Amino acid sequence: MKQLLKLNNIETFIGQYHILQGVSLEVKKGEVTVLLGRNGAGKTTTLRTIMGLNPASKGSVVYKGEEIQALPTYTIAQKGIGYVPEDQGIFAGLTVEENMKVAIQKENEETNKRLEYILNLFPDLKKFWKKPGGLLSGGQKQMLSIARAYVNDNEMLLIDEPSKGLAPIVVEKVMESILQMKDQTTIVLVEQNFMMASTIGDCFYIIDDGRTVSNGTMKQLKEDEEMKRKYLGIA
Amino acid sequence: MELLFNLTLNGLATGMLIFLLAAGLTLIFGLMDVLNFAHGGLFAWGAYSGIWIYSTTGSFLIGIIGAILTGFILGIITERWIIKPVYGNHVQQILITLGLMLVLSEMLKVVWGPNQLTANPPEYLSGSWEIGDMIIIKYRVFIIAIGLLVFAGVQFLLKNTKIGLVVRAGVMNKEMVQALGINIKKVFMFVFMIGSGMAALGGVLFGPYSGVIHAGMGMEFAILAFIVVVIGGMGNFTGSVMAAILVGLSGSFMAYYVPELSLAVNMLLMAVVLIVKPQGLFGGKG
Repeated sequence: MKQLLKLNNIETFIGQYHILQGVSLEVKKGEVTVLLGRNGAGKTTTLRTIMGLNPASKGSVVYKGEEIQALPTYTIAQKGIGYVPEDQGIFAGLTVEENMKVAIQKENEETNKRLEYILNLFPDLKKFWKKPGGLLSGGQKQMLSIARAYVNDNEMLLIDEPSKGLAPIVVEKVMESILQMKDQTTIVLVEQNFMMASTIGDCFYIIDDGRTVSNGTMKQLKEDEEMKRKYLGIA
Repeated sequence: MELLFNLTLNGLATGMLIFLLAAGLTLIFGLMDVLNFAHGGLFAWGAYSGIWIYSTTGSFLIGIIGAILTGFILGIITERWIIKPVYGNHVQQILITLGLMLVLSEMLKVVWGPNQLTANPPEYLSGSWEIGDMIIIKYRVFIIAIGLLVFAGVQFLLKNTKIGLVVRAGVMNKEMVQALGINIKKVFMFVFMIGSGMAALGGVLFGPYSGVIHAGMGMEFAILAFIVVVIGGMGNFTGSVMAAILVGLSGSFMAYYVPELSLAVNMLLMAVVLIVKPQGLFGGKG
């Protein structure tokens, strides 16, 4: 399978803190790659480094054969990487419609089709189309955030903890929608909810103390009790 | 009744001039998190350049256009070469923009001399209308109309255009705007340019309103504009127009009824707002 993204020994500082101290991973086209690890391990920073929000100080980020670690965030996004941040990044004072309008990079037939598809996937967004984003429920905000990242013809989506703080029934809905999108886009998913991660993911990377310490297929991880206990705290 | 009407008209006109200065300031702060103490300098440059063009060409309209263009150009230069290196550092921003304010004021003296310039409204805006017992000064109505037009125009831009949407989104979450593939720096420059143009427009309108302009006028008005930004809510555009009207009216009425307090009233207003509602009367950014 064709490699879409590659991180080579990435190191990232946030202020004086050395957060990523050697993250390396590969993302294959059409797969869902899940980043796992304890709180504070560096998973979110890895996504932010790919997006250029916390630029890498060492190492390289190669997307579709091109080094992108020195590019500004907006250029990285324009290259076809959609980002769903941990806090969802909703523009609270803008309506759902306006949130989508800000996100749409090119208005054309293809975008309209994607918009229609995503609104069918998340009918709540259609229902609250004119409602300010800040008034949506946690689950609806998550849906809006995913919809914004999906609406452009992005080849890859970086999704940070989509299940965080959501009720189980909403988590299920979000999971179903990501499963549906999986057929059309490559996904890098940060997820603490192992049930969700193992259902959606094709392969995994475990990040611990800012380093990638293990990787493999999700099937292998499911069967490796020792690794789950050691790095994920799952008994 | 006539007195009340005139005080109100006067207060509204002053309020609109302050609004033109404060609106840019609040947008620049809201979107770019930049404390621009040089904004008053752009107001003064708008006044000088506009009045000079007006007196040279004889056309007030060309003077206004010239002032706005001066604001645009100075705004772009200021953002690119003065503000850009100090993004994210408030202390450096205060120092460098205060320095720029002084440079802009002194440069006015270099270009146009140390003496104040006089300015009169054009023929068609001079004089007044008499309706019953009331005398309505034409130029004040003109300032109010321009202020309202600018407010409506900027509101339209913010609510109905893509760039306006991006500006509003950027005020709320700059990082996310960039992650959606938008070059926020271009938006910064656009907002700075618009804000500077509005300040310059306020400056050129102020000339015939007060009759004279001087190099220190920028600092005087900038203080009022900062008060308005705090009262209206830092980053809140609608708040800035409401607060500017409030400050204009309170100044006008106090100057008549309690002149001893006319200078202090705005500071008092700001102090009360900061105690009662520190985020401003109209909330935070929005």
